[in-house]
Amino acid sequence: MGAGIQVSGLNASYGSNHTLFDINLNMPANNATALIGPSGCGKSTFVRCLNRMHETNPIATVTGKVLIGELDIYKDLSPVEVRRRVGMVFQRPNPFPTMSIYDNVASGLKLNGFSNRRVLDEVVERSLKDAALFDEVKDDLKKKSGASLSGGQQQRLCIARALAVDPEVLLMDEPASALDPVSTAKIEDLIFQLKSQYTIVIVTHNMQQAARVAENTGFFLNGKMIEFDATHKIFTNPSDKRTEDYITGRFG
Amino acid sequence: MSDYAATGIAILSTVLVVAPLVAIFIYLIYKGASSLNLAFFTQIPKPPGESGGGMANAIFGSGVLLLIGSVLGVPIGIAGGIFLAEFGRGSRIANAVRFTADVLNGVPSIVMGIAVYSLIVLPQKHFSALSGGVALGIMMIPTITRTTEEMLLMVPNSIREAALGLGLPNWRSVLSITLRTASPGVITGCMLAFARVAGETAPLLFTAFGNQFWSANLNQPIAALPLQIFVYAISPYDEWHRLAWAGALVLIVLIVVSVALVRYVTSRGVLKGAS
Repeated sequence: MGAGIQVSGLNASYGSNHTLFDINLNMPANNATALIGPSGCGKSTFVRCLNRMHETNPIATVTGKVLIGELDIYKDLSPVEVRRRVGMVFQRPNPFPTMSIYDNVASGLKLNGFSNRRVLDEVVERSLKDAALFDEVKDDLKKKSGASLSGGQQQRLCIARALAVDPEVLLMDEPASALDPVSTAKIEDLIFQLKSQYTIVIVTHNMQQAARVAENTGFFLNGKMIEFDATHKIFTNPSDKRTEDYITGRFG
Repeated sequence: MSDYAATGIAILSTVLVVAPLVAIFIYLIYKGASSLNLAFFTQIPKPPGESGGGMANAIFGSGVLLLIGSVLGVPIGIAGGIFLAEFGRGSRIANAVRFTADVLNGVPSIVMGIAVYSLIVLPQKHFSALSGGVALGIMMIPTITRTTEEMLLMVPNSIREAALGLGLPNWRSVLSITLRTASPGVITGCMLAFARVAGETAPLLFTAFGNQFWSANLNQPIAALPLQIFVYAISPYDEWHRLAWAGALVLIVLIVVSVALVRYVTSRGVLKGAS
């Protein structure tokens, strides 16, 4: 099951560069939430705050409160515990190049000391099926490297890898921006199906994509969240002038 | 036209690079191959004047010394490289370690021998295989540390983020993901260091010292191929000169074989399409 996300008073910066200003946001469980906005508006920084990835940069700081389910990820959990609950898919596919397809998917469990063969086999198969990749790779699971797959397959492999540790939330930072239209459509279908099991937060530059996959959409500009509402409302009748200007292509 | 010129220059450079190696190898075979026989690999040296004898104890001794050196130098060298690339990046202590490694790399090998002589041989009051191995091990460290660092820095950050994003602790991510991704380059660095010290003579003069007889005792002087070659080459006997050539040939072949063996063993796990 997915968990809801409540963000209040979130501020983030890189050194002296303040990148997120007082973000307040409520993302319901088992929904997809899209974050849109021009490049550099802080949407990537925002999702990186949701799994405490932001602070892996030594000059990065973050303040505020992020509740995932009942737990404050900055108070009640260590970064490692947070990232077990909040999986992430990155902009560019990043499979582990020296590992087989199987090991890529199993890595999160294996490297955390989980070694029951039978259960691992099951988890790998289920995750690859959930990521709609199983049929394409089932004959090469242990023979081929994750890096030998096509870009779209690699991204679905990365999704399977994230699903294998059974997170509550899945963050996707422009997961289809490096992919061709066919692969993009596959990823979007996937997001639709994954919603039943996970809460999804997706950053995207593609507004049609946001409209297709997400119940709610947030619009970011210059480190502030300008508007957050039901997706159809944002795209048909935004309440802020700046949102309207952006979605109608007047800037950004 | 200029394309042909560039190709020509590239081919010429390749020939210039390979030629010395081939020339040395051919000359060694020409000079040494005739003295190679079973006895060379099974017998210990005979006293001057008697014909025959071999370098079995020196081959074995070199193996022992290189084993000690690798056991010491490889883990410390790799750990140092991991520290420089993953944990100490940009810190003052990392800069100091990197500087020290570079200086250590430039220290003449005979100075390394003297250093280990005063650190181990003098307090123990005798030469030993152990001190020789330590000298070789210390010489391996800077090469391994710096190549490990370079190779780890070449691993894209996206791979580290993928590992951390799965909820792996940082140390786990470094050892099982980053180091593993960089492992082909790290292994190359280790082999370079190994091949370099395998032919070292100077650091062994004051440490392993050499031995005309069989010895597997780490606390006793031990024979080594480069030492034996050195002793035979400067001797006045023709028979010993021929054995020195044969020894040099065996040394080179053994280095090539062991490097190839390590490459083969470590490449067996590599998968189709792995970069």
